[in-house]
Amino acid sequence: MSNTKALTPVLECKNVNISYYTRAGEIPAVIDFNLTLMPGESIGIVGESGCGKSTVALAIMNYMGKNGRVKSGQILFNGRDLQQMNDEELRRIRGSQISMVYQEPMASLNPSMKIGEQLIEVPLYHENVSEAEASQRAKEMLAAVRLPDPQRIMDAYPHQISGGQQQRVVIAMALLSKPALLLLDEPTTALDVTVEAGIVQLIKDISKQFGTSMIYISHNLGLILETCDRITVMYSGEAVESGSVQTVFNEMRHPYTRGLFASIPLPGTNKHSRPLVPIRGQLPLPQHRPQGCYFGPRCDFFQEGRCANKAGVHMQPVPNEDRHDVRCVRFEDIDWASHRPVGLSGEQADIGKVVLEVNHMKKYYSLKDASLMALIKGKKVQYVKANEDINLIAHEAETVAIVGESGCGKSTFAKVLMGLEEATAGEVKLNNVDISKLPVEQRKAQMVSLLQMVFQNPFDTLNPSHTVGSQIARVIKKFGIEQDPEKINQRVMELLDLVKLPRDFAKRRPRQLSGGQKQRIGIARAFAGRPSLVVADEPVSALDVSVQAAVTGLLTDIQRNLKTTLLFISHDLSVVRYVSDRIVVMYLGRIMEQGTTDEIFNPPYHPYTEALLSAIPIADTSVKKRHIVLEGELPSPVNPPSGCPFQTRCPRKIGAICEAQMPPLQQTDTGHAILCHIPLSELSKVEQVIQMDAA
Amino acid sequence: MIVLAGKRLLAMLLIMLVVSFILFSLFESDKMAVAGKVLGAYSSLEQRELWLTQNGYDAPFLERYLQWVGGALHGDFGNSLQYKVPVSELLADRLKNTGILTLVFFLIMIPLSLTLGVLAGMKEGSWLDRVISVVAVLTTSIPEFVTATFLTGVFVYSWHLLPGTSSMTGGFSWKELILPVMVLVIYDFGYVTRMTRASMAEVMTSQYIRTAVLKGLPYKRVIMRHALRNALIAPFTVIVLQLNWLLSGLVVVEVFFAYKGFGYLLVDAALFGDIYVIEACVLVAVFVAVFSQFISDIGYTLLNPRIRFS
Amino acid sequence: MSSSVKLEDEKAPVKREAGLKLFFKRLALIRESPVGMVGAALILFWVVMAVLAPVLPLYDPNAIMAPFQKIGAAAPDGGTFWLGTDHKGRDILSRIIWGAQKVLIWATFATFVAYVVGMLMGVLAGYKGGWADEIVSFIANIFLSFPFIILCIIIVATLGASGWTVVVAVTFASAPQIMRIVRGLVLDLKTRDYIFAAQTRGETPWYIMLVELLPNARGPLIVDACLRLGYTVVAIATLGFLGLGLPPPDPDWGLMLKEAVPLGAFAGHTMYLPAAALASLILGFNLLADGLREISLRD
Repeated sequence: MSNTKALTPVLECKNVNISYYTRAGEIPAVIDFNLTLMPGESIGIVGESGCGKSTVALAIMNYMGKNGRVKSGQILFNGRDLQQMNDEELRRIRGSQISMVYQEPMASLNPSMKIGEQLIEVPLYHENVSEAEASQRAKEMLAAVRLPDPQRIMDAYPHQISGGQQQRVVIAMALLSKPALLLLDEPTTALDVTVEAGIVQLIKDISKQFGTSMIYISHNLGLILETCDRITVMYSGEAVESGSVQTVFNEMRHPYTRGLFASIPLPGTNKHSRPLVPIRGQLPLPQHRPQGCYFGPRCDFFQEGRCANKAGVHMQPVPNEDRHDVRCVRFEDIDWASHRPVGLSGEQADIGKVVLEVNHMKKYYSLKDASLMALIKGKKVQYVKANEDINLIAHEAETVAIVGESGCGKSTFAKVLMGLEEATAGEVKLNNVDISKLPVEQRKAQMVSLLQMVFQNPFDTLNPSHTVGSQIARVIKKFGIEQDPEKINQRVMELLDLVKLPRDFAKRRPRQLSGGQKQRIGIARAFAGRPSLVVADEPVSALDVSVQAAVTGLLTDIQRNLKTTLLFISHDLSVVRYVSDRIVVMYLGRIMEQGTTDEIFNPPYHPYTEALLSAIPIADTSVKKRHIVLEGELPSPVNPPSGCPFQTRCPRKIGAICEAQMPPLQQTDTGHAILCHIPLSELSKVEQVIQMDAA
Repeated sequence: MIVLAGKRLLAMLLIMLVVSFILFSLFESDKMAVAGKVLGAYSSLEQRELWLTQNGYDAPFLERYLQWVGGALHGDFGNSLQYKVPVSELLADRLKNTGILTLVFFLIMIPLSLTLGVLAGMKEGSWLDRVISVVAVLTTSIPEFVTATFLTGVFVYSWHLLPGTSSMTGGFSWKELILPVMVLVIYDFGYVTRMTRASMAEVMTSQYIRTAVLKGLPYKRVIMRHALRNALIAPFTVIVLQLNWLLSGLVVVEVFFAYKGFGYLLVDAALFGDIYVIEACVLVAVFVAVFSQFISDIGYTLLNPRIRFS
Repeated sequence: MSSSVKLEDEKAPVKREAGLKLFFKRLALIRESPVGMVGAALILFWVVMAVLAPVLPLYDPNAIMAPFQKIGAAAPDGGTFWLGTDHKGRDILSRIIWGAQKVLIWATFATFVAYVVGMLMGVLAGYKGGWADEIVSFIANIFLSFPFIILCIIIVATLGASGWTVVVAVTFASAPQIMRIVRGLVLDLKTRDYIFAAQTRGETPWYIMLVELLPNARGPLIVDACLRLGYTVVAIATLGFLGLGLPPPDPDWGLMLKEAVPLGAFAGHTMYLPAAALASLILGFNLLADGLREISLRD
């Protein structure tokens, strides 16, 4: 990596400016972008949504749509300017020398063509090969990306295979002509955590095996650390820092990079003593970028005279370091050692009485089987066991996290709690009243107000047709907290104060709010009736990291002050570790393990928990992690495996007993419970998954 | 797949049954009115009662309905009050004429609108797209009888190029078919063109087309193999369902040009109060509509592998 | 509460707008679509004509004066037949304007009734699902299986020709289509989190349907309503043309055409003028719908 000057870079971006031209005028999307990618090197481009990272990838491909254009600068591929090429030259390079892997594998494959045909097109149109040879190569490549039974995949349509398999197909397609450069645009964002781990492992192996240069675009710093040699951090259309992964992760110099790291829940952060520090303010719209440093208004080190100068701020090399550049005029003055940003912290509230108690709760859905076979056999109804034998307890002021991948039943559980679905069997007791058979329409307003929810998607958590204030007011009125309009209004204002939004937001409509602000309103709405239990279903997963930190901080702070019980549903174990006191791990409708956060993160582990933990990408160079990649696909809840639900993918499977029998629930005195055939004593001997260096 | 077809077929039968029942109740539940229609407004009460008895109208309503359905299934709809011939004969002849008109219309409209739609949708926002789109809106905005008026004005009254009526009294004549087909095509091609364009434009912005382009495939291959197949699924269903819409157009055009087809017969019967003809025509029309819906549903599943295999 | 999380500030001006004002403001967006502007102008022209019909200096539309007068011919009473007269000697300008009033009133009313029925059916089917959906959808399918013209003919044949018949026919034909559109929109909208939020606070189904769901479906529905008004105008005129529409002697554009076409060879204006009037009004609705759709896709 150090002495590469003699070689030609595979890709070189020189002072690239990219703009979109809309009715509103020119919108600069990428400004003054430079990048040098050497053969065999991999560069990660990281940034929050709207920072221009995907635009860079599409510009490299010269696929900008009719509105976008590279306004100035050069993008050189092996020394040749891609902008100067004609259509035929471009066509020859695309797919053969530069290829791309996309964020949504399902949408990237043609739904009405068999996968085989989509694959063999690549060699057929780029090399002079026969169809038989192309087909043979496609099969070999499918095997190389570790897809079982390549022939079956070749004959399948995209929708007939799983998301993880689709992404492997897309990767195989990209590699078929042995490209010199591979662009990966958020290749794992749409996938489940354990599937993501498999793809990441594959990408790492590819770069070793094929020597392909890569550009890996992601919002996740942990993934960049796992896959790349170098990193470029982007903010509002500009690269603000670039350098080797080691340097940037350990000695970052730009305040934005600092802020980004401070806002992600790394091991070692803690909501009570070492809280996350969000970046204040929000990303400026391209039309409203400030003069000088774009990060200025959000930066703690902003100096009027120097940072807001008209000439703008340029990338400059960090002295005495190799290929480490920073776009900050003050990077040499800032004394990071004495900088101690403060997050939202507070004492752990006393865990009080039991608020929620779930005993042997089951929820089955019946599924009508319309196939001819079912008609003949007279077996018309199948059951999806969405929740099976759920037991858990949550206390006052406690945060209990429910973790699992898609199809694990965590959302069904939330629906049963909220009264949108009735439990098939078992008890769900809220403050000692069984609500498992009580749909929400039959619950009294007071009971409904005690149990509220924060939703996942900020973009549709609020009704776009009504003002923010009227939506909060409706809740207050509905719960009978206040009836007098004056008092309701007063309460709306108090709630806006609670979530730290200006009072005049009451008059705004949801589309005038950013994602984080909408999520705050969602929180205000949930806490309007002073609930004793709030269910938060992936409340931050759709937000950018810096906003995630702010919303997580707010949620835990309010909860702490109001002594609310929080049920935090998530797939993201790093956030879960940060916010929760206890964790419940679910897989295919069953609880595989539950215990305190410490118990979950330390042995004994359930083998599934172990795999989940190893799948968390961690953006910390000092952390060592064991890598466990699960084989096979996530089974469908309609057709769960016999015996232990996890047996089809379990790396620690002990034999026939796993397939034949449901494992016993092994419990310690502290309440740590694991559903597994392997004795606890043996599971305790397992090495830690995540180890911190001299922490 | 077979299950789906079976289900649809069953639904189709059910709808036909309900429709026929509604129809029968509307027109024949009042026996006296029927007799009045048949024997004329000045017939006496005794005459009417006698006729009702002779023609089996004394049976209970449900029994009469079942008999009527049975007859209809054998093609027996009774005699036309206006023309005094069996309705089935009248209908067969008229359906043949309308069939010719429809066939010629589809042969011209389908290739025309698919080509225009694909061309427009391929490059959204291009001048070609704009021209095609504007023409399509203009022509679909003008109802058939207005187009027919203008065309008649120009081709018949001003230029004396074409005959103004298409009654085909001197045997079949292609010349007499030109104006009716032209009117139908002008009014209907716009809709299918717009659908095709929208579908094509949507496909062209899809991520799998991006994949195909960035795979380095030639543009022709991207369009022919990747885009068209997906883009033509929606227009297919629209074209089949067109049959239903087309009927209104056929009625108007046939009346306008005095073309002796099914639509003309229907309006004629409606104005005369020829209830047996109306019943037969409505049954046929509804059957065509329901059946085209069935074809369209089945075709959609066949064309769409995502549905076909799940 | 410590406060390192600072208030998030946004520059977007805060405006409080009343519903109606907001509606007109959105409507004003049509200025950004030239196509929509042309459409709006055409409709506005006919609406103004229709409204002013009683106060404009027009002849009685049914008064029989001199037949087949040319455009701009002098009238016996010293006035002018600006657009000539028809075969019975009635003033064409007056008949066109009064005809516009009639067609606009009946079309708007019929579309409105069809919308009320169709929206209720659609929201019910989409939101409730299950049996309600199956029953409503089956009823809709029955009516959809009648081609529109057939439905009209049956209804006219049983009820006789009148404006009310048109309303009934349009309702039967359009309501199922509106129901399908609304049902589709509702099926999409009801998976949104704000609907779950409303459910989890125990709102009644009717509150959710009418307050939470319907307002969010208005975008596509406004476009559809506009198109549908156009169709309804076509339908009324078509019925008139076939002799099944609003009964004479009151002016009806379709009927005017029917009577004029056979005589078109020597009195072209009696046929071209109502045809042009009809085409322009329908074009107006279609262009406006196009413009509205274009604008709604932009945001």
